[in-house]
Amino acid sequence: MTTDLSKPEAPLIRVEDAARWFDVSPPWLERVLMRRPRIDLRAVDGITFDIGRGETFALVGESGCGKSTVARMLVGLYGLTRGRILFDGEPLEKMSQPGGRALRRRLQMIFQDPYASLNPRWRVGRIIAEPLLTHTPMTAPERVARVSELLLQVGLDPADQNRFPHQFSGGQRQRISIARALAVQPDLLVCDEPTSALDVSVQAQVLNLMKDLQRRLGLTYLFISHNLAVVHHVADRVGVMYLGRIVEVASRDALFSQPRHPYTRMLLEAIPDLHGNGKSRTRVAGEVPNPLNPPPGCTFHPRCPHANERCRTEAPLPIQAGLSVVTCHAVEEGRIA
Amino acid sequence: MPMEPLLEVRNLSVAFPTRRGTLKALNEVSFSIAPGEILGVVGESGAGKSLTGASIIGLLEPPGRISGGEIYLSGRRIDNLSDEEMRRVRGREIGAVFQDPLTSLNPLYTVGHQLAETIVTHLDMSWAQARTRAIELLASTGIPAAKERIDHYPHQFSGGMRQRVVIALALAAEPKLVVADEPTTALDVSIQAQIIELLKKLCREHGASVMLITHDMGVIAETADRVAVMYAGRVVEIGPVSEVIHHPNHPYSSGLMGSIPTLDAHVERLVQIDGSMPRLTAIPTGCAFNPRCVSRMPRCTRERPELMPAGATRAACWLHDNAELA
Repeated sequence: MTTDLSKPEAPLIRVEDAARWFDVSPPWLERVLMRRPRIDLRAVDGITFDIGRGETFALVGESGCGKSTVARMLVGLYGLTRGRILFDGEPLEKMSQPGGRALRRRLQMIFQDPYASLNPRWRVGRIIAEPLLTHTPMTAPERVARVSELLLQVGLDPADQNRFPHQFSGGQRQRISIARALAVQPDLLVCDEPTSALDVSVQAQVLNLMKDLQRRLGLTYLFISHNLAVVHHVADRVGVMYLGRIVEVASRDALFSQPRHPYTRMLLEAIPDLHGNGKSRTRVAGEVPNPLNPPPGCTFHPRCPHANERCRTEAPLPIQAGLSVVTCHAVEEGRIA
Repeated sequence: MPMEPLLEVRNLSVAFPTRRGTLKALNEVSFSIAPGEILGVVGESGAGKSLTGASIIGLLEPPGRISGGEIYLSGRRIDNLSDEEMRRVRGREIGAVFQDPLTSLNPLYTVGHQLAETIVTHLDMSWAQARTRAIELLASTGIPAAKERIDHYPHQFSGGMRQRVVIALALAAEPKLVVADEPTTALDVSIQAQIIELLKKLCREHGASVMLITHDMGVIAETADRVAVMYAGRVVEIGPVSEVIHHPNHPYSSGLMGSIPTLDAHVERLVQIDGSMPRLTAIPTGCAFNPRCVSRMPRCTRERPELMPAGATRAACWLHDNAELA
């Protein structure tokens, strides 16, 4: 997989200027009495990217940058405030229209917390078979057979379908989540921090499993994580998010060897690495601003060492820079390499 | 170790009585920390890292109790002190930084009050002096406008800033040892690095030793002098940090290091340790790691290995038993 991945030919997913705002205003009466305006939290504010077939696209960013909102937008759990998302050429809104179930089947999701995402009162067999009930005309014995097959596929025992989630460890539960997501043979798996709740040795097991499944079933992944090392391990292409916007999209190798956006550079320098002893580190100052009141212009400018007057007033647009797509005035003007 | 250790833990065991018998959560853990040294303690959840820290600062949650072993701080035994005596040691001689800065601070008092209270309790200072010192401390942790911020309440600080306050609080009485239990886990990556740098810098300035408990090997690699790897309530390997990371001698440490994705090399598959850590109710006999170990020998299922010299580190593994080789 090389550089042409930054522009896939016929993408499976195309996200065009998608935004999702949340109304967090005080209640109506209070607003009227106190003469307060409406307040929108712009969780995701105009992002554009493609995901090619069979590719792993990763979104990284710190908490509150909107990456989980993107995941939920992609599987239709949140509607769009603006823009559109095309899945295999079809707009995602079709999902909620008659006959939209066929589209829904093709997108499945794996959640972060394997303790909260499995119903504790259901046996594993029923948990995994639930999507089969919704999406297929399978009979009960067929479903049992399919569940056994799925359990084997994720490295569990077919006999495990008679047990309850609490009888499994965190890693095994995440395997159950994966089996449930795979039940209806989706094209795209949206994985929202699938290994963040797991210990490293178990994380390795789950990441290896996800790679094996991708190779065997030709799956496409949207992989959301705050852990850059994990992203480096799994992703083909990476998008870096900051305060509801994507600041840089590039192939994995380009991003990690030649980060362009100052925020990407900062993130890469900030992570403690196993081999990083004595690494010279540019001091990173400041914290993520309140998303309710983002800074004007480029939202990263208060923390950016390269910010100038233009950055403080004018929001940058994405531009092609080398192998990456970067949203930064300093890169555009050639002030930083 | 040339100097007398600041902290010495000898054969520490912690037990939890339950209806189905007593669970041994820590099983004869021994290690020491030299003055000014940063010892990293790593392991996966349930390995007993936090329990070790809690035992040292005397904050073991009942019904857990120290069932064996001794803890010495500067040569003085501290594990059998009364609550009242321990309270004087805690804060004065041992500072603590926990994972969640919000629960470590009292939401009803200003941070200045909390800092000054600690200072007045442990040091011979008036409230006015303590306040001046609190402002200095706060400023030294890199909180801008410390003079104004000192009268703010914890909720008015962001997560990273709160953790700075907690670090200031831990160092307020100039302790000789700081026990930091996952100090950066609740923070974002860009903040994590700042906090780690700060902890390192301040402890160096104050000459305090640190016991840094974390599951993040990256943090350990950048911070610690030595590292102890824990598994199922035991220390399985201890040694200089670069040795343990690059030339681990215990099969669990090697598996753990291999399973961590890194930014340099690209590997198609991560090293995988099959299975998971045993529950406390079912710790295997012999070496607790033997069911998951790739180099298991018949002896491993029968006899429990103690820490023994292995390369440049010490590992609890029969592979390094010279008597066996001879």
